[in-house]
Amino acid sequence: MSLLRFAGVTCVRGGRELFAGLSFALEPGNAILVTGPNGAGKSSLIRVAAGLLRAAAGNVAATAPRALLTEQTALDPELPLARALDFWVPRGAIGVALDTLGLTELATVPVRLLSTGQRRRAAMARVVASGAPLWLLDEPANGLDSDSLARLEAAINGHRAAGGAVLVASHTPVALPGARIIELGA
Amino acid sequence: MSLPSLILRDLRRAWIGGGALLPVAFFLLVAILFPFAVGPDSALLARVGGGVLWAAALLAVLIPIERLVAPDRDAGVIDQLLVRGESAATIAFAKLVAHWLAFAPPILVAALPAAALLDLPKDVLIRTEIALVIGTPGLAALAVATAALTASLRGAGAIAGLLLLPLAIPLLIFGAGSLDGGTGALKLLGAVSLLLVAGTPFVAGAAIRAGLD
Repeated sequence: MSLLRFAGVTCVRGGRELFAGLSFALEPGNAILVTGPNGAGKSSLIRVAAGLLRAAAGNVAATAPRALLTEQTALDPELPLARALDFWVPRGAIGVALDTLGLTELATVPVRLLSTGQRRRAAMARVVASGAPLWLLDEPANGLDSDSLARLEAAINGHRAAGGAVLVASHTPVALPGARIIELGA
Repeated sequence: MSLPSLILRDLRRAWIGGGALLPVAFFLLVAILFPFAVGPDSALLARVGGGVLWAAALLAVLIPIERLVAPDRDAGVIDQLLVRGESAATIAFAKLVAHWLAFAPPILVAALPAAALLDLPKDVLIRTEIALVIGTPGLAALAVATAALTASLRGAGAIAGLLLLPLAIPLLIFGAGSLDGGTGALKLLGAVSLLLVAGTPFVAGAAIRAGLD
């Protein structure tokens, strides 16, 4: 039972075809790394997978709840980090997620005071705490230092070991053992 | 994600930064300026005062229009809600309720000092308040629909005004028309308001969806 299946998906933005006839299936435990130069359609692929963009042709089927990480943090800037996350994850799963990404000490700091890398990790904490089996991560390594990158990779590996799947779009290397690589714009 | 938590978040964000006080201040300012413009003729003010309050309410509802949908769109909040399976219509409905709660009760209170400034008779004031209670949900609905339609435009405030004000004419006609007494205009005001409230989640939801591209 695949969590996400692309069948001959074509994506057109602004009259330009970004990719065509893309097919893959994401099974539990799998990872797919989407690479390619800027503007190759990596983010669009993630948005198509999230159901936010309509594919110009082909079929996208997702059978599991999805968690999305995009360029935007989507956390209210005036709230302390833990309260901003509270809106999205009400079940008390925040503590573990903050710990996973090394954010526990920042829980009371307003989101607007966080650095780029810290915001990225905060947005990632929402993905971790979501409990969704399918993670769609757009440039998760942007702005992360090497220590945070290791935490991110550990979080992804833990998720896969627990039967989850990830679709990662990144132009910087992210270590995903055994991941299938899709190269766009090649 | 429950509807009340969506509404509460929008309400909280409306209140911080004075977002909910500005429309009230604007409303009162119009009521203060109007007697200066037409002169201190209390008979004239009492006759047109109810209509002035309606026009002021219409302009006040426009003030926060740029903050209703665009910030959530730009911050990725709408993306996250949609991925969680929330429908765009639900998001729009939550924004409608929150916008009404943020602007209508303060305006209803502010109408009391405004009526005093315009020397409105008591019965006209009561009728104005009743008409505002019935008409403001329609105004809030129009504001949310316009905000959703213009969310992807830069500096959309002026365009939003041009879009909203003509659509609000029926509310204005029946709202101000109900001030002469009689319930016919009030019933029509209620019908228009209900239509706008019922239609807005779908119109604004479709606009939010279309704006994702």
